[in-house]
Amino acid sequence: MDDDRALSRARQADSLIIVDQLTKKFNAVTAVNGISFEVHEGELFGFLGPNGAGKTTTINMLTGLARPDSGAIRIAGMECTRNPKAAQHLLGVIPDESNLYPELSGFDNLCFCASLYGMQKKERRMRAGELLKDFGLEEAAHRKFAAYSKGMKRKLTIAAGIIHSPRILFMDEPTTGIDVGSARHIRQLIAELHRAGTTIFLTTHYIEEAERLCERIAFIVRGRVVQVDTIANLLQPIQQREAMVVSVSNAESDLCSRLAAEFPHLEFQAVSLEHIRVESSEAIHIAPLLRFIENQGAEVTEARRTRLSLEEVFVGVTGIELDAMKKEKEKSGGGS
Amino acid sequence: MKRWIAFWNIMLKDMRAYYLKPPNISWGLMFPVAWTGMFFIKSGRGMDSILILLPGVIAISVLFGTTSMLAVTVTFEKKNRSFERLLLAPIPLGLLMLAKTSGAILFGVANAFVPIVLALFLTDLSQIAWITVIPAIVLIAIVSTFLGLFIAVSVSEVFEAQTFSNFFRFPMIFLCGLFFPIESLPALLHPLSYLLPLTYGADILHGAVNGKSSMPLGLDFCVIAGFCVVLFAISLRNIHRKWIV
Ligand SMILES: Nc1ncnc2c1ncn2[C@@H]1O[C@H](COP(=O)(O)OP(=O)(O)OP(=O)(O)O)[C@@H](O)[C@H]1O
Ligand SMILES: [Mg+2]
Repeated sequence: MDDDRALSRARQADSLIIVDQLTKKFNAVTAVNGISFEVHEGELFGFLGPNGAGKTTTINMLTGLARPDSGAIRIAGMECTRNPKAAQHLLGVIPDESNLYPELSGFDNLCFCASLYGMQKKERRMRAGELLKDFGLEEAAHRKFAAYSKGMKRKLTIAAGIIHSPRILFMDEPTTGIDVGSARHIRQLIAELHRAGTTIFLTTHYIEEAERLCERIAFIVRGRVVQVDTIANLLQPIQQREAMVVSVSNAESDLCSRLAAEFPHLEFQAVSLEHIRVESSEAIHIAPLLRFIENQGAEVTEARRTRLSLEEVFVGVTGIELDAMKKEKEKSGGGS
Repeated sequence: MKRWIAFWNIMLKDMRAYYLKPPNISWGLMFPVAWTGMFFIKSGRGMDSILILLPGVIAISVLFGTTSMLAVTVTFEKKNRSFERLLLAPIPLGLLMLAKTSGAILFGVANAFVPIVLALFLTDLSQIAWITVIPAIVLIAIVSTFLGLFIAVSVSEVFEAQTFSNFFRFPMIFLCGLFFPIESLPALLHPLSYLLPLTYGADILHGAVNGKSSMPLGLDFCVIAGFCVVLFAISLRNIHRKWIV
C-alpha cells in the first residue's frame, strides 16, 4: 500500500498535466462530467471515445478556449484553472477543423503562427520551409490556404501546431476524414514527435489508432472517464483468451444455444446469421466444434482465429457496441 | 520581447491580408472623395466652404474606414475560427486586441488624409492648427475603431456587424455636429449628441480648422480618451465572457 502511494507520488512529480474533477456544462448538456486523469512527461496519451463524448470540450478547457465550471487543471506545475494563459507558451494545439487564414499562403500561415509564439523571423522562415518539405507541401507553399485540398489543409494545420516545437501537443482527431495514405503519414509523424520527447494528448474514435500509437488511454463516454490505463494493462485480461470466427451456411437459428450447451467452457455469439464468434480463456479445439456443427446440418465455410484487441476491452468497459463506433468510422471515411 | 513579436506580426498580417488589398484601398480613397464632392455640390458655396466641410469629411472618413474593417478582422475571423489561434497564443488578451485594432487605427488615420490632401489642391490650408488636428485624428481613429470592436464582439455574423455598425454610424453623421452645429438640432436630441464620442472629435476639428469649437479642447480630448478606455474595457469583458465559453 505504501509502495503504491510512493509510486503515485513519483508519478505526480513527472505528471505534466493533472486534471482533477473537471466539469463543463452547456446549459442542460453536461459535456464533461467530473473527469480526472494525469498525463506524464513525454507520454503519448490517448483520449478515446465516441462522438459527443466530450473530447474536444476537454481539450478546449486544457488549452484555454473554454472555462471549466468546476475542477482543477495543472500544467507543468502551473495552476491553469483560472489562468489558462499561464501555460499556453508550452502548448501546441491541432484542432479538429483546419482554422488557418484562407487568404494567406501556406508559407505565410506557418510564419504567422510561429510569430504568435515569439519566434524570430529567420527562425520562423527556416522552420516553415522545413515543415512544408516534410509534409510534401513545398509546391503549394505559396498558394493560398483557401485553395488547398482537405488533406493538404489538415497537414498544414498540423505543421502550424508544431512549428514552435511545443512541449505539449494537443491533437484533436488528427486522422479523421482524410485518405488512408495521409492518415498513415500523420501517424508516422505522431510517432516521431513522441520519440523526440513531445508529450502528446491525442483524441480519437479509432480504436486501432489508439492501440497502435498510445502508451496510455482514457476511455471517455458521455462526459465521464470510465477507465485510464496503459495499453498493456488494458489488454492483460484478454491476453490469455482465444477467439475465432466460424462462418456457416444453412444453419438453424438456435445453433448458438445448441453449441453453448454442448461446449460449456466456450462462449458463443452470433455475429450475424452466417458468422459465429467463439471465445474462451482455454484453448479452442477446432475439430470437435466443426464436427458438431456439421452434425447439426449446417456447413462450415470458414474457420479463422482472430486476435483479441482493444476493441473487446472497450466494449467490455464502456458497453458501447462496436457497431456504433464502426458506423462513425465509415461515415468519416476510413481508419488505417 | 516575444509578445511584441506577436503584436507586430498580428498587426502586419491584418494589414497585408485586409487593409492593403486593392478593394480596401480604393474604398478608402473613393469614400472621402464622394463625401467631399457631395457636400461641396450640396452646399453650392464655392471654394471657401471647403474649410467648413473639411472637419466633417475627415471625421466621417475615419469613422467609416475603421468600423468597416473590424467586421472583417474580428467578426469574420471569429466565424471561420482562425480567431481561436490568437486566443491560444501566449499573449494577454488586452495586448492581443490592441494588436488586432492597431491596424484599423492606422487605416483610419490614413483615411483622414485623403480629404486633407484633396483640400490641399483646392484651397489654402495654412490657417489650420495641425498640432491639434493630428492628435485629434488619431484619437478619433482610436475611438471609432474601439466602437467597431465593441460592435464586432457583440455580434456573431459579418452581416450583423455591418447592419449594427450602420445603426450607429449613420445617425452619428447628423447627431455629432459634423456638418451643422448641434445647436441647430431639436433640443430633444442634444443629450443623445453628447453621448456620442464623435461629437467631441468633430468639435476639436472644427476648432482647429475654423477656430469655432463649442467646448474647451482639453475637455474634448479628455472625453474622447474616456470613451476609448470604456469601449475597450467593455469589449475585452465581452470577449472574455462570450468567446471563452
Ligand atoms: N459550445 C457548445 N455549446 C453547447 N453544447 C456544446 C458546445 N460544445 C460542445 N457541446 C456539447 O457537449 C458535448 C460534447 O461535445 P464535444 O465536442 O466535446 O464531443 P467530442 O467528444 O469532441 O465529439 P466528436 O467526436 O464528435 O468531436 C456534446 O453533446 C455537444 O453537443
Ligand atoms: Mg471533437
